[in-house]
Amino acid sequence: MEAAPADRSGEKALSWVLKDGIIELALHRAPCNELGSVSLAELENFAADLRRMQESAHALVIYSELKSGFCAGADLRELYRRSQEMDKATALRGVRDFLERIHRVLNLIDAAPLTTIAAVHGVTFGGGFELALTCDLIIADKLARFCFPELRLGLIPGFGGIPRLKRDLGNAVVRDLLLTGRSINAVKAQQIGLVSQVVGEGESLRAARATAAQLGKFDRATATAAKRFIKSIPQDELRQEIDLFCELYTRPAVQAGLRKFVESSAAQPYLP
Amino acid sequence: MGEFAQELMSTTDQTLDEILNLAATHFKVPREKLHADDDFFKTLGIDSLQTLDLLTKLENHFRIELPDYELQGVSDFRTLAGKIQARL
Repeated sequence: MEAAPADRSGEKALSWVLKDGIIELALHRAPCNELGSVSLAELENFAADLRRMQESAHALVIYSELKSGFCAGADLRELYRRSQEMDKATALRGVRDFLERIHRVLNLIDAAPLTTIAAVHGVTFGGGFELALTCDLIIADKLARFCFPELRLGLIPGFGGIPRLKRDLGNAVVRDLLLTGRSINAVKAQQIGLVSQVVGEGESLRAARATAAQLGKFDRATATAAKRFIKSIPQDELRQEIDLFCELYTRPAVQAGLRKFVESSAAQPYLP
Repeated sequence: MGEFAQELMSTTDQTLDEILNLAATHFKVPREKLHADDDFFKTLGIDSLQTLDLLTKLENHFRIELPDYELQGVSDFRTLAGKIQARL
């Protein structure tokens, strides 16, 4: 089965295509693929289509078409705007609903019976980092940077990043990135086992496509069984993460942190 | 000035020179237009995302890790060179 490319007109945040057994999910919402309500609704559409497409695919590649990077994370401007427009209890319900919806999508990608590859470049921060962490492999161009900047907002990562990074690399790496909020480059990320391949500038998608083509030579049932054997979904910790995020979200420090970020004219707002 | 101080100054100057060369090449700015005490945001005309590119280029070039919080408030090449020198 071959799927036609999705509609690229209008304000679409993402599009996907299935060709030669490889699903390619492209992110293209300026300025840097911030994940808000528009992106989430489209991710849900993608998730529904993924269930159908995965019958005739062996790999999924997620990449960004924007020069600025893979994804700068959650849409903090939208989060702040909504928190200002409604009362506390309604805003909190909205946040929990958003988190539960995005967790459903990301858990589906994490457990998909395909081999999944994040082809990243530039900024891979916060929710963008968490999206990449759902993939089986991360292929990074040498200018990619990874970061959990949430603590400076008084929050924790909310899209499953902590349990997934802990599952893949262990508690010490989580503590380093989470508690310092520092960003690391692709070379360092490869040294600690996060990134499987580091490639030249602008080469991550090409390398991911080459890898995905190679995966098509393997017996699919075996590859799926191998993935299921080695990659568990940390369901309990993912639930706890949502609860903790919501608990922290109600604190005044979070509103202050969001306001500071949104209103910042600093030259380095991405630097914690 | 003692030998050690002179040596330290010359290595910092060398680091500074390498930073200026790298910035000129990456952001396609004539090398002669870049000076040690320039505000690199203004001189290079770069935004926060491009600043991260510069940081990555510098880390890769010097084979160091430079935590980005150490760069908070740093805006001139000379201070940047000092931060890098401290990690070499």
